[in-house]
Amino acid sequence: MIQYILRRVGALLLVLLGSTFLIYNLTAISGDPLEDLRISTEPNAAFLLQKAIEDLQLDVPPPVRYFNWLIGILGLGGAAPTMGLTVEGSEVLDIIGLAIPISIRLVIIATILSIVIGISIGIISALRQYSRFDYSITFIAFLFFSLPIFWVAVLLKQFAAIEFNNFLYDPVISTNWMIGLAFVGAFIFAGIVGGGRKRFLITIAAAFALNFATLYYISATGWLITPSLGPLLITVMALGIAFGITHLSTGIANRRVLYISLGLAALTPVFYFVLQPMFNEAFDGSMMLLLALGTIAVGFIVGYIFGGDDRSAAGRTGMIVAFLCAGLITLDRFMQSWDEYYNNEWIFGRPIATVGDSIPEIEGDYWMTGVDAFTHLLLPTAALMLISVAGYVRYSRASLLEVLNQDYIRTARAKGLTERTVIMRHAFRNSLIPLTTIMAFDFAGLLGGAIITEQVFAWRGMGTLFNTGLAKFDLNLVMSVVLITSVSALVFNLIADLVYSALDPRIRVTK
Amino acid sequence: MNLDNEAKGSEDSLEQRETAGLSQGQIVLRRFVRHRAAMISLFVLVFIILFVFTAGGLALGNTENPIRIMGWWQWDFTDLPPLQGVMGEPTLDIIPEFIDGTGMQIGEHPFGQDSIGQDYFSLVIRGAQQSITVMFIIGAVAAFLGTVMGAISGFFGKWIDQLIMRFVDLIITIPTLIIGAVIGIQIGNLGVFFLALFLGLVSWTGLSRLVRGEFLTLREREFVDAARVAGASNLRIIFKHILPNAIGVVIVSVTLLMSGAILLETALSYLGFGVVAPDTSLGALISANQDAFTVYPWLFWWPGLFIVTIALCINFIGDGLRDAFDPRQKRRISRKDRTEARALKKQS
Repeated sequence: MIQYILRRVGALLLVLLGSTFLIYNLTAISGDPLEDLRISTEPNAAFLLQKAIEDLQLDVPPPVRYFNWLIGILGLGGAAPTMGLTVEGSEVLDIIGLAIPISIRLVIIATILSIVIGISIGIISALRQYSRFDYSITFIAFLFFSLPIFWVAVLLKQFAAIEFNNFLYDPVISTNWMIGLAFVGAFIFAGIVGGGRKRFLITIAAAFALNFATLYYISATGWLITPSLGPLLITVMALGIAFGITHLSTGIANRRVLYISLGLAALTPVFYFVLQPMFNEAFDGSMMLLLALGTIAVGFIVGYIFGGDDRSAAGRTGMIVAFLCAGLITLDRFMQSWDEYYNNEWIFGRPIATVGDSIPEIEGDYWMTGVDAFTHLLLPTAALMLISVAGYVRYSRASLLEVLNQDYIRTARAKGLTERTVIMRHAFRNSLIPLTTIMAFDFAGLLGGAIITEQVFAWRGMGTLFNTGLAKFDLNLVMSVVLITSVSALVFNLIADLVYSALDPRIRVTK
Repeated sequence: MNLDNEAKGSEDSLEQRETAGLSQGQIVLRRFVRHRAAMISLFVLVFIILFVFTAGGLALGNTENPIRIMGWWQWDFTDLPPLQGVMGEPTLDIIPEFIDGTGMQIGEHPFGQDSIGQDYFSLVIRGAQQSITVMFIIGAVAAFLGTVMGAISGFFGKWIDQLIMRFVDLIITIPTLIIGAVIGIQIGNLGVFFLALFLGLVSWTGLSRLVRGEFLTLREREFVDAARVAGASNLRIIFKHILPNAIGVVIVSVTLLMSGAILLETALSYLGFGVVAPDTSLGALISANQDAFTVYPWLFWWPGLFIVTIALCINFIGDGLRDAFDPRQKRRISRKDRTEARALKKQS
């Protein structure tokens, strides 16, 4: 195994050497980085030009310069590792250091959400193969696949930000919109639930009434300006989560696990009141992480202790339920800060941002900056998600259909397992194996950022660095992005292969 | 009543009964024709291609000595007609007279005019021509290189395989948009043909891996041994015996590659690393007009709609082809088929 990894890493380094060499030379011959300086009329232009040529070693032919660059990065020249200077003369390493966290923040949320949502929709679509729902999802997935992201981004800016902000001045939803939205929501929900024609109509009617009531409440109380969940709604939602997760993991029939989940959900309002004073100005990210880990641990331990024969399954269920319920409380706390954020002088009453990654002028506690991050993340994340969700829907649907045709699924059904066990334990898990490769590719793209999305929404991440660098023929800047994306692509590919062989014992990597 | 009739009645045999006595090509064609979304997409795509190339004419040659063959549309994308209306809004009206009082018409500038008065219809048509050209050239170059490289790699194995596959790794490592941008910034000013050619030179890698995989399994099969014993040369075995068996994989992935190609070209032109002025492209049009969305929304909608329609058509055709080539693909048994099968059973 170790030998295999070492061999792979060796090959990986060679490939990396080749690809960076290729891109370095292609970029180097594509244009003159000093064009601005050459036509400049500044009195010290000649001096600056000379200095830039020296700093960037422009008098050295590109293939040779490449090796100098490589020596600089590896720190072989005796000095500290450096990625060289930009045309303006600042250290590339510093600029990249600032850009990486911004890119990661943008892409990681979009990727994780795409995976969760895409796989869920794909699974439902596969289980309802050839239904109305399946056909609609297939069409929508193809449509999203075919959308140019820069076009979607502009549409989102117009309709989800500018128009929505206008709407927030007077957040009253018109009756036509209410009926329309409620009906579309009900139709989708009924498609997911499935069943015969009669059941379909009943589901539509019930979901329509519920949706309409919710929308009416939102419109009448101005909920969009002063959103909150409140302890009552949180309790109801927590109980719903408990039922839902238990249904998916062990089935409602397993009373012991159901009572554990319900018990954890019942604790939610208690924790709601306990945590409120804790969520003050001093609260920060590390405390949030601690709290999240604590919740997961408590959920698992409770499930494990009271789980009886089915300890690990109960522990898993408890863990997920506790985490989601805690999520509700946190969400509510963020919502409480919305009002203050909305009335902040820097917002100008237009909370959904169309450009930038944050408003630096906004000062406030963890919750304020959190809301600020949310309003800036909303549009780019939506744009990125539309396209990658479509991919995950297609792949997970195909993968589950493939698995459902296998003999071992027939065996599982034949020995009398419930449909839930067959799908969740036997089919779903195996259908995830081929998806690891695609996920690895997606995560590899994280560090590179999203070149187009960052450009459209003016995020100062890696993608924007690459764009400006290439437009100005700033070799060292371009190469730093190329290097980081290539390394992460190769490393994640290696990880994907290893995970694949761990998940599917038929595949031997050592051969 | 015999066993044969019994089998005919069952649902599983519907497929067998339909494909009996047909060649592989005929079966694939039949399945494809039955894929409704793919057929509609094919018609739409062919229509769009004919429409844009006849309307806009052809612009060949380079910027110094252009060769122009005029199409049937009255304006050229370089013309500067006087601004009509208040701000050059579209004159296209497809709502008939009895609904809104004005009749249906195409008018002088159906898609409107841009901020300097250029006829937007001819610009969009020109952009669509560019995108379609890029799509087909990338598709052709990548299909050729990917198939040949994958075939050589999979068939000969050993060091040739190692060499080609390491080179493929090298290209795959770099994100497509990055390598495309680096190419585009050098080649973009040479015109769309060279841009597409060079983009094609780096787009074949994924396909070659698939073809190689097919060849690795197919070359071990008995019919290859039989051909070799009969004295066939390597080239003949590759192209006459193995490749026809792997053609499904090639066609399907080339189609999907083409829909990726059109999005790649528009993205590059949007970022300014693709087609450059005075020529235009759908991506460049969107990039130039995105900030004027509230004032001139039509300048934004039309090029986008063309990109989405073309890419969507290609994707559906690819889906239809995949279903058609997949031997495991079972046709959905409709209610009508079931009744027919039952009726057959009763008859016998």
